[in-house]
Amino acid sequence: MNEPESNVAPPKGEPHGFQDLSGTNVGDIVFKTVLILGALLIPVLLGFLVWELVDGSRLAIQEYGLGFLTSSTWDPVAEEFGALPLIFGTLLSSLLALLIAVPLSLGVAVFLTEFAPARIRSPIAFLLELLAAIPSVVYGLWGIFVLIPFLRATIFPFLQGTLGFLPFFSGPIYGPSMLAAAVILAIMVMPYIMSVSREVLLAVPASQREAAIALGATRWEAVTTAVIPSARSGIIGAIILGLGRALGETMAVTMVIGNTHELAASLFAPGYTMAAVVANEFTEASTDIHFAALTYVALALFVVTLAVNAFARLLVWRVTQKASGSGGGR
Amino acid sequence: MINSRRVRRWTSNLMVGVVGLTVLIGILPLFLILGTLVVKGAGSLNLAFFLETPAPVGETGGGVAHAIVGTLLIVAVACLMGLPIGLAAGIHAAEFPGTRLSRATRFLADVMNGTPSIVVGVFAWTWVVARQGHFSGLAGSVALALLMIPMVMRTTEELILLVPNALREAALALGYSRWRTSLTIVARTALPGLVTGSLLAVARIAGETAPLLFTALGSQFMRTDVTQPMSALPLAVFAYATGPYEEWHRLAWASALVLILLVLFLSLLTRLATRSRFGSHE
Repeated sequence: MNEPESNVAPPKGEPHGFQDLSGTNVGDIVFKTVLILGALLIPVLLGFLVWELVDGSRLAIQEYGLGFLTSSTWDPVAEEFGALPLIFGTLLSSLLALLIAVPLSLGVAVFLTEFAPARIRSPIAFLLELLAAIPSVVYGLWGIFVLIPFLRATIFPFLQGTLGFLPFFSGPIYGPSMLAAAVILAIMVMPYIMSVSREVLLAVPASQREAAIALGATRWEAVTTAVIPSARSGIIGAIILGLGRALGETMAVTMVIGNTHELAASLFAPGYTMAAVVANEFTEASTDIHFAALTYVALALFVVTLAVNAFARLLVWRVTQKASGSGGGR
Repeated sequence: MINSRRVRRWTSNLMVGVVGLTVLIGILPLFLILGTLVVKGAGSLNLAFFLETPAPVGETGGGVAHAIVGTLLIVAVACLMGLPIGLAAGIHAAEFPGTRLSRATRFLADVMNGTPSIVVGVFAWTWVVARQGHFSGLAGSVALALLMIPMVMRTTEELILLVPNALREAALALGYSRWRTSLTIVARTALPGLVTGSLLAVARIAGETAPLLFTALGSQFMRTDVTQPMSALPLAVFAYATGPYEEWHRLAWASALVLILLVLFLSLLTRLATRSRFGSHE
């Protein structure tokens, strides 16, 4: 369940589906027409989505142009809008989240594919998939009332005590902060990175491992020298897919990041993300230009996640494709 | 030489231990979150919680019946719109795999799947809310349906591809027309999978909050008219969690517990059903 990605393409060389597309009777023609209409709706809806976003943000695009992305003033009253702190906050919180989540999820994926006894593999993968099924708003709730008080009481003072000379860990400790958002995001994207990299590691042919072991490698060396290198681009793809998730994550981040339009170097300071500002201000907006600015932010977020996801998918697709071509995989 | 081999073996065992530890750290949040939900939420679950609408601010008691009804209605309407499209597109992609259209829909469905749900919410706002002139549960359903379509499409395609082609050929050889083969043989064989795949999509969208914020908006009253603003469980959790009152926080935990029970129940159901059917697949 909850496999975030499915790289299913019809198996090569094997005929599948109807080879002859021309229907012969009325039922066939009707059936095929209905299917085509359903399939056509996907490009149509997506095109409409892009059109509506562009149309909705037209006012802001005309007013601010691309300078919108580099200006840091956000003042709905003076009708001045700039998205730099939002873009900064989105990127920073997502990258920090990856910093925490990547080692953990790769560790889990490696353990599950290489070392775990066969009996516990499925149950553990299942539990992690449950983590992916928890709604974002529940993460947010837990973040506000459990995670933030815990971080503020223990981890944050510890970080400040040991690494306080760095600008990232200096300044007053607030509860809601960039770092709290990063921790929540890390927990949320971990199952995605884990499940895709597990899929990629499983696609590495067993002969790779056996060859390394036969040459005298230890179990760990077999992983680092034979398995991971051949899965590398797929793992990078998995990480970037996780990045795509983190960039667009809304509710949990909105609830723990503190929501201020100021740029701060300290990770203990509150911040803002593109998704969070849309979630918070869209219902409050009263002027057309405010709506347009928020839609512009949504459009920018859409473009960024689109690029990130397309790139990641290409990487994962290449690895699993290679595997199924050489007889491994499914 | 012997020494270095010992070091290498020791390193190997150590690293296996370390990655084993990451599993424990990775699973820990699940138990922490579920545990907190049960501890803080279970105490507030009583009959009134399921049957009553919120009490006025300052009073204790009251429930989230309005949000439960809202979630059920919004999700049901989303299914009415999303399921047929997703199923049709999925069957199309599996039955006519080589066509340009099916390759395009497969790629675009993945694009839609990666689109942040808040962006879909903005789209539903500009499309439905801005044009209608007011918030409505219907607009929320539109947003959720859009999130649902690519998920349903991809699982449908995947499950139909699992049906052996020999079945299709046998039916065609016996003189069945293509549409009857596809619907009564192929889709029929994959039906249990299609049902669970759809349930999984329902589980996913039922927990979505961001696309409902400025479409369904939320409401304090019991509403059954989807053309009006209405509440939903995720919206209630958000509103109560970010509100200032202790009593609201209590309701937030209880609503979150109900929401997660709903979502996990659907997910577990899916898991059990798919496992018994495709046990050898995992």
